Amino acid sequence: VCIHRVRSCSSIRFIKSKYVCVFDKSALKFSHQQRLLRTSAVSCGQIVQFKLSDIGEGITEVTVKEWYIKEGDSVSQFDSICEVQSDKASVTITSRYDGIIRKLHYSIDDIAFVGKPLVDIEIDASKGVASEEDVVETPPMSHEEHTHQEIKGHKTLATPAVRRLAMENNIKLSEVVGTGKDNRILKEDILNYLAKQTGAILPPSPKAEIVPPQRRAEAVPAAPKDKARKIPVPVSRPIAFAGKDKTEPVTGFQKAMVKTMSAALKIPHFGYSDEIDLTQLVQLREELKPLAEMRGVKLSFMPFFIKAASLGLLQYPILNASLDENCQNVTYKASHNIGVAMDTEQGLIVPNVKNVQVCSVFDIAVELNRLQSLGSAGQLGTSDLTGGTFTLSNIGTIGGTYAKPVILPPEVAIGALGKIQVLPRFNSKGEVVKAQIMNVSWSADHRIIDGATMARFSNLWKSYLENPASMLLDLK
Amino acid sequence: MVLHSLKNCLWLPCVLRTPKACFWSTASGGLIIQSVSNNVYQNLAVEDWIHDHMDLEKQQVLFLWRNSPAVVIGRHQNPWQECNLRLLRQKNIKLARRRSGGGTVYHDLGNINLTFFTTRKKYERMENLKLIVKALKALRPQLDVHVTDRYDILLDGQYKISGTAAKLGRTSAYHHCTLLCNADKFVLSSVLKSPFKGLKSNATPSVPALVKNLFEEDPSLTSEMLLDAIAKEYAVQHQIDHHITLINPADETLLPGISDKTKELQSWEWVYGKTPKFSISTCLNMVYKDSVLDVKVNMDVKHGRIEVCNIDLPEQWLPPGVYSELVKSLTGSKFCPNEITTLVTTSLRLCPQDDELHSRWSLLCENMIRLM
Repeated sequence: VCIHRVRSCSSIRFIKSKYVCVFDKSALKFSHQQRLLRTSAVSCGQIVQFKLSDIGEGITEVTVKEWYIKEGDSVSQFDSICEVQSDKASVTITSRYDGIIRKLHYSIDDIAFVGKPLVDIEIDASKGVASEEDVVETPPMSHEEHTHQEIKGHKTLATPAVRRLAMENNIKLSEVVGTGKDNRILKEDILNYLAKQTGAILPPSPKAEIVPPQRRAEAVPAAPKDKARKIPVPVSRPIAFAGKDKTEPVTGFQKAMVKTMSAALKIPHFGYSDEIDLTQLVQLREELKPLAEMRGVKLSFMPFFIKAASLGLLQYPILNASLDENCQNVTYKASHNIGVAMDTEQGLIVPNVKNVQVCSVFDIAVELNRLQSLGSAGQLGTSDLTGGTFTLSNIGTIGGTYAKPVILPPEVAIGALGKIQVLPRFNSKGEVVKAQIMNVSWSADHRIIDGATMARFSNLWKSYLENPASMLLDLK
Repeated sequence: MVLHSLKNCLWLPCVLRTPKACFWSTASGGLIIQSVSNNVYQNLAVEDWIHDHMDLEKQQVLFLWRNSPAVVIGRHQNPWQECNLRLLRQKNIKLARRRSGGGTVYHDLGNINLTFFTTRKKYERMENLKLIVKALKALRPQLDVHVTDRYDILLDGQYKISGTAAKLGRTSAYHHCTLLCNADKFVLSSVLKSPFKGLKSNATPSVPALVKNLFEEDPSLTSEMLLDAIAKEYAVQHQIDHHITLINPADETLLPGISDKTKELQSWEWVYGKTPKFSISTCLNMVYKDSVLDVKVNMDVKHGRIEVCNIDLPEQWLPPGVYSELVKSLTGSKFCPNEITTLVTTSLRLCPQDDELHSRWSLLCENMIRLM
């Protein structure tokens, strides 16, 4: 790519010039140069027809498969414009110019011809600091200096706008580290370099620290050139925070959560929490784990929590019920389909274990294993995700003690289990012992469930878990 | 044949500063590298990396790689049209979309992949394929293999043993091809058959072909022997040492930015979202109670997402409010069973709690999801 700059010798004012370069791709040499100079401050530039260049192998036509830009977008040299396909070869066409796309000559799936115009680009009139002055011609810099500066044996890529900025500020491109594609030097790199130069009290270190800026940074005005300062005064450098707000539509799992939770708002929640001593259960599980493993099943605490909940629901069936839309009727569900909140890569899902009232602890463990592996593979079916009547959320595996869970309609209750902690407690003899303590936080629908019911259910559930042997009496 | 880990390469410090080209510049004319990974996404990422970062002016590169079971579709293809997605999910076969054009192929460890990297100027597919044929004939002179003008390699004049695709960028290009040594032909034919009916699209279609493994022709051949023979021929033609350098596609120090490339290639947006716009016009045959319902479904899918959805149900089969809720859930969502399942089951929570309604809804949704 060849670039020409025309600069007035007497003043530091710059001339708006236009550069049109003809790049002979096949020879990979810079054979032609053209200079077009204008004096006025006209902002619209010249429209150039960018033709589809030779693909090779004698191919004359290709199919346009994807546009990366649309009319009105601004492009820089080497940005991708579109993807075309010809006979099993996919070709990325990149822009030859900086400018604004004014016209796309083809739509998707059209046949495009080699040598014919692909897009119309309005070439940039110079951007930035320029003000118009009379044209003064100076001998053009030689190719070698400004077209491709060799740094450590590599060519420096920079768009004409960036080169001008560097030259205006007396910066050698060879001293700037490029962070763009192909190590291209971006405007942000020049600005960062400048920011480090100004206000320096100590002589600058030979190797500037590399701070890669975001590519989507807004243009930050260049820091004033102030190399010679007598009084060291802290200079407020323009803090180039390149972060940008990102807005995206709510879809997929998030959309599902929005729907569910918005409906849940209609339910008047009340909370009830308690502390459970799981010391005995921890020991029991340790004994049973190897037995389950022999049968090929991973045994966690959840199967016990779920079975105990089902035993409790047998005594307090209103917690396994559903209130109709008009709050006229309560339906007591026969099946205990206990939902288990699961955190997957995509988000929250709640599959349920069906008919826990007729399942053994081992059956529940098997089913949980199945749901967990399907859940992480993203292959849960509709039947796994529908029909739930009561839910448990084991947030403690991630962390936390107390929570305020949200009821999932059409259910009327939910429990959140905190993490199991080893804490000091008093035993019956008044001694301090180590205890495995877990907190549970219930939420229930206050339209049909009262505090006393919730408390009694929780006490029953707690007693089964604190003394697992008592579960044997009531197991069906 | 000498296998030499790149970690011992003296040029490593050079790599860290300027990923472009300066390392590996000891070799003149050519370089042969082989991946230690069988992960299709990692290997495709290596191709991307070399294409984007290496200066191929001074030396060309031959990249050798193999993948554990995967279906690889071309840049502009439609996975629903090209393969049996349900079977893929069941068998845990990966689905990848490559950046080059062309048709769909099945990879497993019995298939070898060869990528020839050159500058855009030196892009020449015929030469590369002739090199492969020459290597095969040198290994087993009695093999009847030749290159067709469609850039396939045929065995015995009728069986396809290699398919080709290519990618051209601004300054560099690559041509890659497969070579069937001992792949599982049974799995190959079953996964590359799409059960989809009623799909209309301008995506590049694949041209099915009769395939055969080289192993069937000569059981003494192994993938390793073929890789070695081709590497030897490449070395001879480029006048370089017959020396294969191993690379690890997970090595971020050697290939800075490779993990981002791998992540992109695995993302739903790339694999499914890049499917050209297509429409579905099909009929669900739902068995409900004692009757069979024919339900016409029309959908437009763009960027892998359902743009428009029409389900032709018998009147009042679902209450109108419920039907519009279903359509609302589907519109704008990914054409993906996992996402749709989550959305429709959520919507069911908010519907009136009626068993009849629930079973109809579930039946309809299950049939819809089976399409995806």
